[in-house]
Amino acid sequence: MTDSSLVRARALRKDYGTGEGLVRAVDGIDLDVAPGERVAVMGPSGCGKSTLLHLLGGLDRSSGGELWFHGRRIGQLGERALAEMRRKEVGFVFQAFHLMEELTAQENVELPALLTGVPPRAARRRARDLLDRVGVGDRIGHLPSALSGGQRQRVAIARALVNEPVLVLADEPTGNLDSAATLDVLRIFEELHAAGQTLVIVTHDERIGATADRLIFMHDGAFTDETLLSGDSRSLGALIGLEEQASE
Amino acid sequence: MSRLLVILRLAGRDVRHRPGEAVMLVVIMMAATAALALGLLLQGTTAHPYQTTREATSGPDALATDFPSGGVPSGGFPSGGGTPASPAALKQIAPLARAQGVAGHSGPLPVAFPVLTFDGRTDAVLAEGRSSAPAAVDQPELTQGRWVRADAVVIERSFADALGVHAGDRITLNGRPFTVAGVAVTAAFPVNGVGFLEGSSQWPNPGLIWTTTADAETLATRQYPLGYVLNLKLTNPADAENFADRFDPGGYTDNTGGLYVIPWQMISHQDGLVIAHEQKILLVGSWLLALLAVGSLAILVGGRMAEQNRRVGLLKAVGGTPALVAGVLLAEYLALAVIAGAAGVVVGWLTAPLLTNPSTGLLGSAGAPHLTLPVIALVVGIALAVATLASYIPAVRAARTSTVDALADAARPPRRHARLIACSARLPVPLLLALRLASRRPRRVLLSGLSIAVTVSGIVAVLFAHATLTVSPSGPAGTADPGLSDVGFISQTARENRVLLLITVMLIALAAVNVIFTTWATVQDSRHAAAVTRALGASAGQFITGLSAAQILPAIGGALAGIAGGYALFTAANQGPSASQPPAWWLVTAVLGTLVAVAGLTAVPARLATRRPVAEALQGDGT
Repeated sequence: MTDSSLVRARALRKDYGTGEGLVRAVDGIDLDVAPGERVAVMGPSGCGKSTLLHLLGGLDRSSGGELWFHGRRIGQLGERALAEMRRKEVGFVFQAFHLMEELTAQENVELPALLTGVPPRAARRRARDLLDRVGVGDRIGHLPSALSGGQRQRVAIARALVNEPVLVLADEPTGNLDSAATLDVLRIFEELHAAGQTLVIVTHDERIGATADRLIFMHDGAFTDETLLSGDSRSLGALIGLEEQASE
Repeated sequence: MSRLLVILRLAGRDVRHRPGEAVMLVVIMMAATAALALGLLLQGTTAHPYQTTREATSGPDALATDFPSGGVPSGGFPSGGGTPASPAALKQIAPLARAQGVAGHSGPLPVAFPVLTFDGRTDAVLAEGRSSAPAAVDQPELTQGRWVRADAVVIERSFADALGVHAGDRITLNGRPFTVAGVAVTAAFPVNGVGFLEGSSQWPNPGLIWTTTADAETLATRQYPLGYVLNLKLTNPADAENFADRFDPGGYTDNTGGLYVIPWQMISHQDGLVIAHEQKILLVGSWLLALLAVGSLAILVGGRMAEQNRRVGLLKAVGGTPALVAGVLLAEYLALAVIAGAAGVVVGWLTAPLLTNPSTGLLGSAGAPHLTLPVIALVVGIALAVATLASYIPAVRAARTSTVDALADAARPPRRHARLIACSARLPVPLLLALRLASRRPRRVLLSGLSIAVTVSGIVAVLFAHATLTVSPSGPAGTADPGLSDVGFISQTARENRVLLLITVMLIALAAVNVIFTTWATVQDSRHAAAVTRALGASAGQFITGLSAAQILPAIGGALAGIAGGYALFTAANQGPSASQPPAWWLVTAVLGTLVAVAGLTAVPARLATRRPVAEALQGDGT
């Protein structure tokens, strides 16, 4: 890949444990993600997909190799700089939503903006706009416990987007959702992609993987295969499959 | 029966499973119960030693004194010499030896009022003239050295202890050198002489020494002539107070300037007063400690209960009723309370002599005889009450948790305070995090604030007590005369200050434990929220500051409430001299020091909490 990559990993490694108990969760991965690209990483549970995503987003530190984000070497960033990177340049979407239970949908979405120093009124406006955009504008005052799984994930997506990050990392974003909710989330990702948002999605669902520009297969911490998907076949087929399932 | 067995077995297993926490619980409760036991054990603690000393020294049933008016030194060495006999005083006191109801006597004995100097310290004393032959009434019991002889004196033990003087040392009286022949105890004089000349504006707390009669007479001056003491044995010692009243119909004002009769009960009472202040400090302190212990336990128990969610679910899943679950959880803490209460009684019982024996000036042990069943029952009962108060709500809450939620180990949902959340949005990030963290568990915040309020109340009360003790009504050290040390008063004040210090240290230690527990409980409770917040971009430093601020916010309220509380506490407990205001900077330092200490203590658990990688913390279930 080129130097214009948004994310660039070389021989990236993450180990847990030592000696005989050593587990290599990520094992020498090379990866380039171009701006505006939608990459899906697929593989069975425990293959290291989530760990890779955590490394890419600066949630965890690698044990070896090099990782660049926006031209900066992440390994050389201090905790404060990493926090700032997460705050301003990366948006996370988790399988388990990870919303604050005591905050309403709107308050959850505006939180990262407040952390960045956006004035409260502006943060509120952004949150409302985003919640409208992801289709839960009528649920802004609801607590997470009063929302369905799909609605929670849409709130989580809105939260990931509130600071207009250059990269959105989604870890099994549809793992806890039924087919209809999965379809809703994928439509949102489709819209984001169309708007030029860079997306890295980790999933074990082939139908989700099929919606990406590039599909990477992972096994035992390493990439085993990579497929470039094209136009109609990548998204529509998958979406149609899901639509059929959702309508049943 | 089998139900009880199950409860006891499960409670026992849990204690064995977490021995560290069980020990911590016992230590916290023990600190409070030991202070309480100590306070209770000190009640009337000198009564037995006084009786022992009275028997050993053939102590008087009544003591008649006839001291010259203002007959105590007021500064410098008394000038003049000669033999300033006081024929009028002698004539007034002597007939008492033949009064109705008197069975025996010794004296009248001459008493001079010289100034004693030893090791750079100067104090006024009563020098009682004695013959070498043993007296029939009040023959002081030597605890060191030999009895009086020419140019050699014996010093009363509490006074000798306060001065640091021993047999063989050299002292001066009115500038004349004397050898200390020995040290002795007596039942005719209160410990440290405190209050013996109460009412004397110049010198209420004299020391006592014995000299030969001739030496006493030569120590008298024209300015301070001889006074006299007559020790009386009565036919009915129990009637000594009525006997004394016959000679003092106008009521007590001052035992200088005329005849005065002191019954033995008054001396015994005065001895008791020596530790009465200490007892009061300990009792008040123990209640404060008990309050803090409730706070510590509530937080600790709450934290443990949260960890036991899954266990509760399992118990219920196998058929345990809510009552059985609550029983298991309560039984554990009540058993620990009994152990802590018993340990507290033992610690208090062993500590009591350390506070009363070294300078009482009496014979015998003070603490041991007073360990009674009511004291044990009261202390253990309070330990049980503290444990029940702290564990009842969490136990019942755990018992009511849905089995499915408990099995899933779902955390108790946090509270939502919409207005606070909205307000916090306008604040800098650390304060935003602090307010939101604090508002998740308002009861814990309240407990935390109360804990600080109790501690600061204790500290402020101690500061008031210290200011009042240091500045006595009649001058810097109990005497109006800056040239005299008033060693007895200083000695008593030092003892009281030691007890105040002990209570203060215990209060601060328990409060520190509370702060750490609260922070740790908040850390544990907000693990998920913290991980999400950090994943969204909050830095570790912002989170640490926020967590510390979440503890400091209630601490500010608690500290301010503690100033008012401390003053109220001191006013309620103090029935002695009127309260003296401590310097403002003492109070400011106490408040600021408390807040700095809270900040310091919370920083450690907060920092530890951020060491865990965010990714790892996010692996659990979310919302």
